[in-house]
Amino acid sequence: MSTRLAAGGRLLNKEKALSFTFNGKQLRGFEGDTLASALLANDQMLIGRSFKYHRPRGVVASGAEEPNGLVNLGAEGSFEPNQRVTTTELFDGLTATSQNHWPSLEFDVGAINTHLSRFLPAGFYYKMFIHPRPLWKHVYEPFIRQSAGLGRAPKARDADTYEHFYFFCDVMVIGGGVAGLQAAKTAAASGAKVLLIEQTAHWGGRAPVDGGTVDGIPVDNFVEQTVAELEAMPNVTLRKRMMGAGVYDHGYVLGYEQLRDYAPEKPGPRHRLWRIRAGHIVTATGAIERPLSFAGNDIPGVMLASALRDYVVNYGVSAGDRTVIVTNNDDAYLTAFALNYAGLSVPVILDARVLAEDSPAMEQAKAMGIRVMMGHAVAKVKGGKRVTGVAVCSQAGEGAVLEEIACDAVAMSGGWSPVVHLWSHCGGKLSWDDAQAHFRPDVDKAPTGADGQPFVTTAGAASGALHLSDVLGDGDQAGKLAAAASGFKVKQTRCPVGESPEEAPMMPIWLMPQGAGVELRSKSWLDYQNDVKVSDVQLAAQEGFESVEHAKRYTTLGMATDQGKLSNINGLATLAGALNTSIPQVGTTTFRPPYTPISMGAIGGEARGDVFQPVRRTPMHDWHDANGADWEPVGQWRRPYAYLRPGEKVHDAVMRETKNTRENLGLLDASTLGKLIVKGPDAGRFLDMLYTNMMSTLKPGKCRYGLMCSENGFLIDDGVVARIDEETFLCHTTTGGAERIHQHMEEWLQTEWWDWQVYVANVTEQYVQVAVVGPNARTALEKLGGMDVSKEALGFMEWADGELGGFKVRVYRISFSGELSYEIAVDAGHGQAFWDALMVVGNDLGVMPYGTEALHILRAEKGFIMIGDETDGTVIPQDLGLHWAISKKKEDFLGKRAQERSHMTDPTRWKLVGLETLSGAVLPDGAYAVGEGENANGQKNMIGRVTSSYYSPNLGKGIAMGLVLHGPDRMGEVIEFPGTEGATFKARIVDPVFYDKEGEKGNV
Amino acid sequence: MLTLTCPVCGVTAEETEFHGGGEAHLKRFGPGATDDDLEGYLFMRENPRGVHFERWRHAYGCGKWFHAARCTTTLQVFGTYPAQTFEPPKEICDKISEARPGWSWRAFK
Repeated sequence: MSTRLAAGGRLLNKEKALSFTFNGKQLRGFEGDTLASALLANDQMLIGRSFKYHRPRGVVASGAEEPNGLVNLGAEGSFEPNQRVTTTELFDGLTATSQNHWPSLEFDVGAINTHLSRFLPAGFYYKMFIHPRPLWKHVYEPFIRQSAGLGRAPKARDADTYEHFYFFCDVMVIGGGVAGLQAAKTAAASGAKVLLIEQTAHWGGRAPVDGGTVDGIPVDNFVEQTVAELEAMPNVTLRKRMMGAGVYDHGYVLGYEQLRDYAPEKPGPRHRLWRIRAGHIVTATGAIERPLSFAGNDIPGVMLASALRDYVVNYGVSAGDRTVIVTNNDDAYLTAFALNYAGLSVPVILDARVLAEDSPAMEQAKAMGIRVMMGHAVAKVKGGKRVTGVAVCSQAGEGAVLEEIACDAVAMSGGWSPVVHLWSHCGGKLSWDDAQAHFRPDVDKAPTGADGQPFVTTAGAASGALHLSDVLGDGDQAGKLAAAASGFKVKQTRCPVGESPEEAPMMPIWLMPQGAGVELRSKSWLDYQNDVKVSDVQLAAQEGFESVEHAKRYTTLGMATDQGKLSNINGLATLAGALNTSIPQVGTTTFRPPYTPISMGAIGGEARGDVFQPVRRTPMHDWHDANGADWEPVGQWRRPYAYLRPGEKVHDAVMRETKNTRENLGLLDASTLGKLIVKGPDAGRFLDMLYTNMMSTLKPGKCRYGLMCSENGFLIDDGVVARIDEETFLCHTTTGGAERIHQHMEEWLQTEWWDWQVYVANVTEQYVQVAVVGPNARTALEKLGGMDVSKEALGFMEWADGELGGFKVRVYRISFSGELSYEIAVDAGHGQAFWDALMVVGNDLGVMPYGTEALHILRAEKGFIMIGDETDGTVIPQDLGLHWAISKKKEDFLGKRAQERSHMTDPTRWKLVGLETLSGAVLPDGAYAVGEGENANGQKNMIGRVTSSYYSPNLGKGIAMGLVLHGPDRMGEVIEFPGTEGATFKARIVDPVFYDKEGEKGNV
Repeated sequence: MLTLTCPVCGVTAEETEFHGGGEAHLKRFGPGATDDDLEGYLFMRENPRGVHFERWRHAYGCGKWFHAARCTTTLQVFGTYPAQTFEPPKEICDKISEARPGWSWRAFK
């Protein structure tokens, strides 16, 4: 069994016991434990079930590479699935539950899959569920979705907060092991501003566990000293519990800092996402030990050799009383020594190598009385939910069992792979190191920055320097390189000398034993999390998935949340073996950020809820809110959709407002409409290019409705242009269009007609604009008193400056409703007071504010188009019968040439018409009209669609506009619009102007 | 995420401060142009692996459009220059020649 040892545990504070629960069971640990070490200390080796076969799984690793130990953490608002137990620091009151099993961790029905595994090979789902097609949607998919997936998505709203943080430095060092510390120290000595981050809660990386000396002192003392020196330097920032998540273009790095996952009682945000710009980046990200591929290498109790010694040394936890060690290198012997020092039994070291003479490590092991079997391997691991022993065979053979050795843990080591992820994220290339059997960074092919120079350097084990003696020198060199690359004069400092024992070369082992038959290979796991075995990768190769990217997707190797940290190299080697080619020829899959999963909360940062995006409010916003506004988002603006009276339904309010505006007096807050000042000697010429009609001929004091098209010919905006004086125009745009059209104008001015003298200013927010609409509009203004607003003084499509009720105003006599209408602009600061004054004078004239829906109905009754309803980016003005607004005299305007293309002049383009249902019902918005015959896909031919549809209270029936094939030539014809749920609407094609066709209402 | 220097206001900033505007140095074809010329102007774009000329706008800064000469594979930026020109400045072409001898892009060499 796994248990807590009486002595040891360098990271523990045994004074402080903590209690936590796993699947409801109350357990105890110490401050300094990870959830993994605390679970092991409580003999909880079985932690989860595998993804596909639901096999029992235990902890394999001790760090970020852990594939098996995933649990649900917390509850309600702090619930989070798929949390790695090896990187979760224990705190008092932690609650964890296991995942991916039913009904319980100990007894899981899904484990039947492991007995069916012969029938569930790679690609099984692709092959099995493709036919018959309908069964996929209704039978297979719901079933697979039910049984697939690891943790469940949280249901409650996240109770925590998150933040983003910007940081700039000359040198960023990622990884706080000895290489990273040394690199940071030399870089900082040059005067560079240095940021050093470490993903765990401890400095020093593996060195304190693996031992060795630096300048004659123990390496953990060196770590302490160096950290103290760095902390004393004002130009160095140090952060623990912060991971380098990704390296991006031009020295951009995302850092993921976990601020209080280890202490939830602390105030403040939970995670902080650092958005870092670094002059040069040093990745001192260490290396990850590889598992060995032998049968039963996934049984709980089989662990990485380095992890086993981490648990003994760091946490005083033994994974078992009797540990068999299986290795192809000398490093795993350190585990044997650590176990031996802790008083635990190592019955045998199975070393797959055959060496001419014993390595120093072997000699030491033998001196300790440990049995070493050279050239031997694990034939298979015995046990189910726990290791009970290993069957020993020759590595060179096919797995004939020579002897069985009882044990309750297995420590495996297949060599070490540098963590090259961050180097590779932005294009750093790798080269294959035959001696150490791993990919390491190719220093000649580094990621390059804006200046074309490398901006990432690796240090220590991440470079492939696996021994303390090499690590320090490499880190020192990297620090100097980084300082020089970011423009600092390198200070010549002495590099400390590390000493670690001599090692004999490792020997690559990709399958154990080398001649393992299919029986063994189909129990030899490569990817623990996604349940991919040696036999699956071989099958993929056999079926033609020879490219590493194809084999990966076919088998799902390396596609789980651990992104193949343990499995990739073993998988590539297996594929290379199956293809009879070399590993570098197979190549790697692409490394993509983040290095390990980061929380969605951290990505979102502060941007959620009310501050998700800014909301634009007009000066009358609070008045609208106090008077029943039902808000509608329009771009970033909020506009009242309608003003609800107490107890009133939205539809009823819209009907009341629409009717009242035609019968009495309506007020509309039109402040959100864009207002752009276009000024300069060439302003007229410029607007002639932007609008389809002629603006340069407009007289000061007059207004003209204009259409704007893109260079591609499509209608992009419309609005009324007023000429203020010879050189000045005020262009109204749609509410959503102000910024867009402003930029459109700027783009043409800056990049095409840069010699034209025109200036554009967006004054949308400088003015409140109120539409005073209805038969009583003029009376209301006259009651306010001031300027003459009579028909003679201010005709339709004219504007004038003046004073009304003591307010300085600019009055435009324009109408989007067909009624007598004045749009009045006042300084934004006076907007609310002006609105109040209008409500007072309108009191006995039947005044009511109206919202955007009434605005829509009023314009639809008049057949006025709305950008975004009648247009969708594929509609040209000619489709909407707006030929009158397209100049025939102008030589050029944006979109003119494009509108001459054959498709644009095609007589079969759908054209705007009015639509009236025979029953008076309202047509569904967006419904399509069907015609005769079918298209090439066997679908009914479409002959038109509804673009706007409303119930008109003034006409007492449903009205609509739509684009219909040959529409204007088919007045009076009835066409059919299938609706939902089998309903079909018959509608007659009519003139789009439904109300006051002669325009008498507005012309008073 | 790139860093670019706006040649108008001189600020070096992150890509999020800028807005990409597609290929630079397009020649406008208006009324009277052939269908082929119009098609080339509206739709046909370079998509090189290597040296490229792009339009950018300093959207959250001075608001001005400018051009950038950049390598699409290594992300090296050879230089930025104001948009009011028909061709890249000589010193930028020289800089590209130094880094990518024998380069060409449309009519530029």
